Amino acid sequence: MPLFLDDDQETLADTVRPFMASEAPISHLRALRDADDPVGFSRDLWRQFGEMGFTGVLVDEADGGLGMGHVEAGIVLEEIGRNLTPSPFMGTAVGAVEALRGADAALKEAWLPGIVSGETVAALALDEAARHRPQSVGLKAERQGNGFRLSGAKQFVAFGHVADLLIVSARTAGDVADEDGVTLFAIPRSRAGVSVEAARLADSSFAARVELDGVELDGSAVIGEVDGGRAILARVLAGVRAGASSEMVGIAEGASAMTLDYIKQRKQFGRVIGSYQALQHRAAHLYCEMEVARAATLKAQQSLDADSPDADRDASVAKAMAGMAGSLAVREAVQMHGGIGMTDEYDVGFFMKRQRVLAEMFGDADFHADRLARMERY
Amino acid sequence: MAEHLDIFRHEVRDWLEANCPPEMRTPMRSEKDICWGGRKFEFSSDAQKQWLEVMASRGWTVPDWPKEYGGGGLSPAETKVLMQEMAALGCRSPLQSFGISMLGPALLEYGTQDQKLEHLPKIARGQIRWCQGYSEPNAGSDLASLSTSAEDKGDHFLVNGQKVWTSYADQADWIFCLVRTDTSQKQGGISFLLFDMESTGVSTKPILLISGSSPFCETFFDDVKVPKDQVLGEINQGWTVAKYLLGHEREMISGMGGRAQGPSLPEYARGKLGRDEQGRLDDPVLRARIAMYEVRSAAFAAMSERFIDRLKARKIHPAQPSMMKYYGTELNKDRHELLMAAGGSDALEWDSEASGSGKAARAWLRTKANSIEGGTSEIQLNIIAKRILELPEG
Ligand SMILES: Cc1cc2nc3c(=O)[nH]c(=O)nc-3n(C[C@H](O)[C@H](O)[C@H](O)COP(=O)(O)OP(=O)(O)OC[C@H]3O[C@@H](n4cnc5c(N)ncnc54)[C@H](O)[C@@H]3O)c2cc1C
Ligand SMILES: Cc1cc2nc3c(=O)[nH]c(=O)nc-3n(C[C@H](O)[C@H](O)[C@H](O)COP(=O)(O)OP(=O)(O)OC[C@H]3O[C@@H](n4cnc5c(N)ncnc54)[C@H](O)[C@@H]3O)c2cc1C
Repeated sequence: MPLFLDDDQETLADTVRPFMASEAPISHLRALRDADDPVGFSRDLWRQFGEMGFTGVLVDEADGGLGMGHVEAGIVLEEIGRNLTPSPFMGTAVGAVEALRGADAALKEAWLPGIVSGETVAALALDEAARHRPQSVGLKAERQGNGFRLSGAKQFVAFGHVADLLIVSARTAGDVADEDGVTLFAIPRSRAGVSVEAARLADSSFAARVELDGVELDGSAVIGEVDGGRAILARVLAGVRAGASSEMVGIAEGASAMTLDYIKQRKQFGRVIGSYQALQHRAAHLYCEMEVARAATLKAQQSLDADSPDADRDASVAKAMAGMAGSLAVREAVQMHGGIGMTDEYDVGFFMKRQRVLAEMFGDADFHADRLARMERY
Repeated sequence: MAEHLDIFRHEVRDWLEANCPPEMRTPMRSEKDICWGGRKFEFSSDAQKQWLEVMASRGWTVPDWPKEYGGGGLSPAETKVLMQEMAALGCRSPLQSFGISMLGPALLEYGTQDQKLEHLPKIARGQIRWCQGYSEPNAGSDLASLSTSAEDKGDHFLVNGQKVWTSYADQADWIFCLVRTDTSQKQGGISFLLFDMESTGVSTKPILLISGSSPFCETFFDDVKVPKDQVLGEINQGWTVAKYLLGHEREMISGMGGRAQGPSLPEYARGKLGRDEQGRLDDPVLRARIAMYEVRSAAFAAMSERFIDRLKARKIHPAQPSMMKYYGTELNKDRHELLMAAGGSDALEWDSEASGSGKAARAWLRTKANSIEGGTSEIQLNIIAKRILELPEG
């Protein structure tokens, strides 16, 4: 498979691009933030995502979705990034859907229709500390009769404060750091014993601290096999890491397009500042980093869609690379704007904030570089 | 389509298994293991010679060139399969040369049918080795200011002047050379000549590199007669051909890190540093630097794959090779800095047997040229800024 978008994928991009630019441009984010909106995204927009088919991009056609792949999800996420569109797309349409792929028919039937229609919001509740360490799971699920009793806490649960469904990793056997003995649960947020505390982040999105205090569930809430959550979790993480990479590629594109426009117009010392080689070389270097990040991201998504054994590794490469390239893009964007880049009134700072959140989410570049090193046994 | 490729993949695998000598499936140990071909080339082993011959007989030294010019006539997808299968078996490249990576593509694009039939098959079979006469003492980055002259003498040109940094000029059979045929215009007065290095009036003088080897030369032309039909492209249109060729040169240089010989960086570091109880390199800061490098390197491998795929599909910005050249060469320099760090004082030895006659240090020094040869990093950034980002002229 060649490493570029095929005709159908280009057609999808041609649909998504104008949609996002007109329905949810940066002004949409600004309006939500200025209104101190307690949800953090527009439910109407989420339903429109459903109408457009976006929320079902990864859902099988048999389950009412588009039956497409991670490359297509990445196309949507890139535009979300470029326009800084607030939405629970990643956790719901990529993370939860990927998790539910490993679930039985009843769980699918319970949750997929709402996701496809843009009614349901889902969130991934995986992290338990400030730094991403998905393999260390301390939240306990103890057997009780036919079911389980869950207690523990999660944090950095994107849009967990309004999610209908929480995908939770819990320990059913072994110790905190053991690779095995982890089980994935699908838990309605409305369940007794679930409490969430919303925290607004630097980028105006919301993440929740979730506490489970003796939440009782029967076996039907288990995704896949008991103690066998590792493989599904790995796929979920690879999917959202690749997805976050696409969103960061979009952010980098958005921020650098704005910056290139600016430095082609702004004059100092009687010349447009974009004619100074000091800025040209940095802009050109950034372009290269972004191209490399884009290639790594698409590679990861193609690997996921082809069920390649390298998919997990490729997703870590993408996440690290897009994290680094995206970070450079937003730093250069603010710097090259000079004073105006530091103002709240100007949009470029929004890119910087969103990029920082995504760089951290599902593991930053350091985390993934270390992870790859471990995979290569050094 | 996919089915056809699967069948092709099997055929290729079986054929390679049957025809690639076992010796040619081991990593190259040094520059000497590279097969350059040419009238003066001495094979380092029978296996190297045999490998070249069987591959050339199928046209697979240049798999995507048309068959009539000695190529394999493979489609882009088939070529990719062949490369993947060769990599999977660890097959060495049977032949590498400036003819394959630089002149060939320019001949295919701009050559007359006679020129193609004359030169391409000899490149494909490794019979003629080419060198590149672009740079001059006063024309480096600003290549179009070159002054080597070619005077029109009716049926031939008379060439006078000097080139410099001409890689392997002393071992090459023929040269592709930029000359000035009109002094009234800069770019518009350049022509692209092809001639035999054994022509009367050509002489070369090797230059020693900081790595201690001498792969390049000063090249002098003193009344060299070049027949008129040895101009590639139109007279005074040589700049167009030169730039087209540079795109291919940059593409080739960008890939040098990826096609690096020998063990991977982590493997090498493991051997030198040892590991702690957790299996991690016993030097946490260097380990972190290596890990960050490896991320970029893996990402750039994806970039290279994407670049080739898009190039073959003609979906690429013409200045994209500059991006590949810049990123690939800077990455390769980083790699060798890390190899030196991992090697410690072992890597500093210059001629001991244990160091393979200073292999690490010499290779490290050689890579410093990667961001100079074929147009410097700064020039690539200028090209990207102007042609891709469309930033205004200073
Ligand atoms: C938080 C804050 C506090 C400030 N406080 C004060 C204050 O108290 N008093 C005051 O007077 N000012 C203040 N400033 C203004 C500050 O000094 C200017 O922002 C700064 O001098 C840059 O000018 P500019 O914003 O117009 O950017 P520009 O000059 O337009 O520069 C934009 C970009 O172009 C680059 N650039 C410009 N010219 C060249 C060149 N020749 N070669 C290469 N690159 C070039 C710049 O480095 C920058 O990256 C403050 C700014 C900030 C952000
Ligand atoms: C190992 C090796 C092999 C080579 N092989 C060949 C060969 O086979 N055939 C051949 O023809 N040539 C060959 N070259 C020559 C090579 O192409 C030139 O060295 C190169 O183009 C740079 O030219 P220069 O050395 O004159 O440096 P200069 O052009 O003098 O550059 C000096 C420095 O100034 C910088 N600079 C120059 N102009 C600008 C600008 N506008 N903006 C910013 N910075 C600038 C450069 O980036 C560089 O850092 C080889 C060189 C090396 C090192």
